[in-house]
Parts: sequence; structure tokens; C-alpha cells
Amino acid sequence: MDWTWFHRFGSPPHLYGLAGRLVPWFAWPAALAIAAGLYGGLVLAPPDYQQGDGFRIIYVHAPSAWLSLMAYTWMAVAAAIGLVWRMKVAHAMAASCAPIGAWFTVAALCTGMLWGKPMWGTYWVWDPRLTAELVLLFLYLGYLGLRSAIEDPQRADRASAVLAVVGVVNVPIVRYSVEWWNSIHQAPSVMKFGKPTISWPMLTPLLIMFVGFTLLFLALVLVRVRGEILRRERQARWVSEVIAA
Amino acid sequence: MTPRRRRLVLVLAILAGVAIAGTLALQAFRENVMFFFDPTQVAKGEAPKGERFRLGGMVEKGSVVREPGKLEVQFVVTDFQRSVPVHYAGVLPDLFREGQGVVAHGKLGADGVFTADEVLAKHDENYMPPEVTRSLKSPAQPAGSARPSTPAVAPQG
Amino acid sequence: MSGFLSMGGYASSVWPAVALTFGIIAWNIVAARRSFAAARAEARRRIAAGDPS
Repeated sequence: MDWTWFHRFGSPPHLYGLAGRLVPWFAWPAALAIAAGLYGGLVLAPPDYQQGDGFRIIYVHAPSAWLSLMAYTWMAVAAAIGLVWRMKVAHAMAASCAPIGAWFTVAALCTGMLWGKPMWGTYWVWDPRLTAELVLLFLYLGYLGLRSAIEDPQRADRASAVLAVVGVVNVPIVRYSVEWWNSIHQAPSVMKFGKPTISWPMLTPLLIMFVGFTLLFLALVLVRVRGEILRRERQARWVSEVIAA
Repeated sequence: MTPRRRRLVLVLAILAGVAIAGTLALQAFRENVMFFFDPTQVAKGEAPKGERFRLGGMVEKGSVVREPGKLEVQFVVTDFQRSVPVHYAGVLPDLFREGQGVVAHGKLGADGVFTADEVLAKHDENYMPPEVTRSLKSPAQPAGSARPSTPAVAPQG
Repeated sequence: MSGFLSMGGYASSVWPAVALTFGIIAWNIVAARRSFAAARAEARRRIAAGDPS
């Protein structure tokens, strides 16, 4: 197997340049998709037969929750690659995912509470799904806290990477909590095998939102990873060349 | 073994260890993780006796009885195998409907009646416009013909 | 229009949820750009000071 692409991707100046070139290709489609999805979700989609217009929170809640899990998965994979191959850019990638993931976990939790109050009758219950998503937030905060507590960047990278890898077991727990245990949270309507249990006029804007949030995450991560690479490449000659230009 | 392979094995071993520990822990705490018990579990005596627990299931159609002028309400929670009568005094959430999911928190009395102090609605994963359900549920009836117990459209019109 | 704004009676849930999410999106865009700008400014300062470490 040819691994040159892997090593080229692992080269800091290469990824720094590539990330810079890619950002607009993710950012603008993301803006377009999120705008279209929001219009479709809030205006075009019909109200739900049980929840009326209240169900429209799904158009910000579900994509936020999706992003929070996707960011953690990326972070754990990047951290594992960083641990095994001692690859600087992988650690830079993992460190870039954490603040984004943490913020969208907050978004998923808060929009869920705003949905839960009128529909379930409560902002919060210690339900498996809700608790697992809260644990996800604590994992992110623990990761960020650990990084800021360790002065030496290389040691900070390795220690936080172990935490990221260990915490990844929580990702399937969040996803499958509603199927493994009795939960107040409903089962997935979209992210599952088989036919979605949400009608097409409602599903289309939601899928557009999922695409938009995925692109948004990639754009944000690429902007952040460039900064993280610069921080790790203090002595490299290419940095002075790039910065001077 | 190269150092890189050793690190790879180490990372995979940590991951496997945590996954196994997590699975075992969750298996051991299965009952504690259960957010609610369904009527069949209650009938089998799996729910904690003499203690507060959550009862979940469907509100049986036609079972809701309200005391006129009071907040008190009685209904039957069913999982289509067994059912448990519930007594509750308080405000019901928007989504509380006959034929829809519900989670009640309270105590099971010696008379088999569950006295709840909190009732939460649990909605299912189906999302569709009101017109679709009307045509799905009653193909023979004209759209808009009201069914006696459950409002087909959300309360806020 | 007022029907749209009232969200069938759920305005007090839907609009805060939308506003919060978009606030977080906006903040993430600002924070990511700031984080990169800070790293670049620091690198520039170091190079200008002639300190490559």
C-alpha cells in the first residue's frame, strides 16, 4: 500500500497550506446550506401532527447534537493517530476539534431543554440520553482543562490525547442510549438503518442542515488547525517564510 | 516490535479495556440506568417496591378521567400486555394525549394504583404533517372529521 | 407574518433555541479566526525579535 499521501498529509507546511486553501470551499457552502435549511425548516416544512410548530427546534437541535458527536469522533481518531505515529498535525487536529465540539454540545443540551419544557413537561431529567450528552460536555471540558494545565505542549498533547481516546466509548453510548434503555428521549428518526420516520417535507430541510453543520465544522476545524500548527512549529524555517510572505 | 507498533497496540489495548469495563459497568447498573419501568416489568415485580420509581408506557385510549373543576386526573398506562392505573394531581404537559407515550414518577400503592407527582410526555420518533396522519389513520373518514378522544391537530391552531 | 413569529404558540421555545444556536455558530467563527490570528501574530513577533525558538 502506498502511504505517501499519509506522510504528506502529516507534513505541517503541507497541511497548513492545504487547510488555508480549503476553508472557503467549506465555509461558503456551509453558510448557504444552513441558510437554506433554516428557511426550509422554519417556513416551508409543515407543522408536526403532535407538536405543532414546536417541533421546529429539531432543525437546530439535531444538527448541533450530530456535530457534537462528530467532533468528538474526529478528535479521538486524530488523538489516536497522534499517539501512535507521534504526528504533530494529528495532535493539532485533535486540539482544534475540542472547543468547537464543546460549544455545540452546549447548543444541543440547551436547545433540547427548550424543547423538553413544553413537550415532555420538564427542562431536564436524569435520563440516559441526556446524561450521556452531559458526560460528553464534561469530556470536552476535561480535555480542554487538561491541555491548559500542562505547560509543555508535547506533554499536553499526549496526556490529552489519552483522555480523548478513552472518552470515545461515550460516543456510542450517546447514540444507542435510547435503544439500550428505556428513555424519555425518542428513538432516532433519521440516523438509523431503514426508512426515516419523518415525512419528506420535514426531512429535506433537516438533511440540508446536517450537511451545513458538517461543512461548518470542517471549515472551523481547518481555521483552528492552522493556528495549532503554527504554535507547534515555532522553530521551523517554513513558518518564517509563510509569515513573512 | 517497532516502537510505533508498540504504541499502536497500547492505544488499542487501552480502548478495548475501557470499552469492556464500560460494558460491564453498564450491564451491572442496567436497572439503575433504566429511566422507567413498563407495566410488564411492574407486574413481574421488577420495579422497586415501596419506593418511588418511574412508570412508562402508553396512555390507554379512553382511559383519561378528569375530576371536573380540579387538577386531578386518572388514566391507565399500558404496554399492550399489562396496564397500571395512575392517579395524578397537577399540570399535564402539552403532549399528554391518549394513545401517546407518558412517563409518570411516583409510588405504587398496595391497591395497585400508581400515585404520580410528576407526569412527563414521551413523544415518538414519527414526525409528519397533520393531514398525513388523518389520511393514514382514517382512510374511510373525510379529513377533518374529529375523532372523539385524541385531537388530530396540535392544540394551538 | 405574526403567525410565523408566534410559531403556533411555541415562540418562547423555538426562537430562543434558534437564537442560541446561531449565537454559538457566530461565536465559533469569531473564536476560530481569533485563535488563528493570535498564533500568527505570536509567530510574527518571534520572528521580528529574531528569536527562532
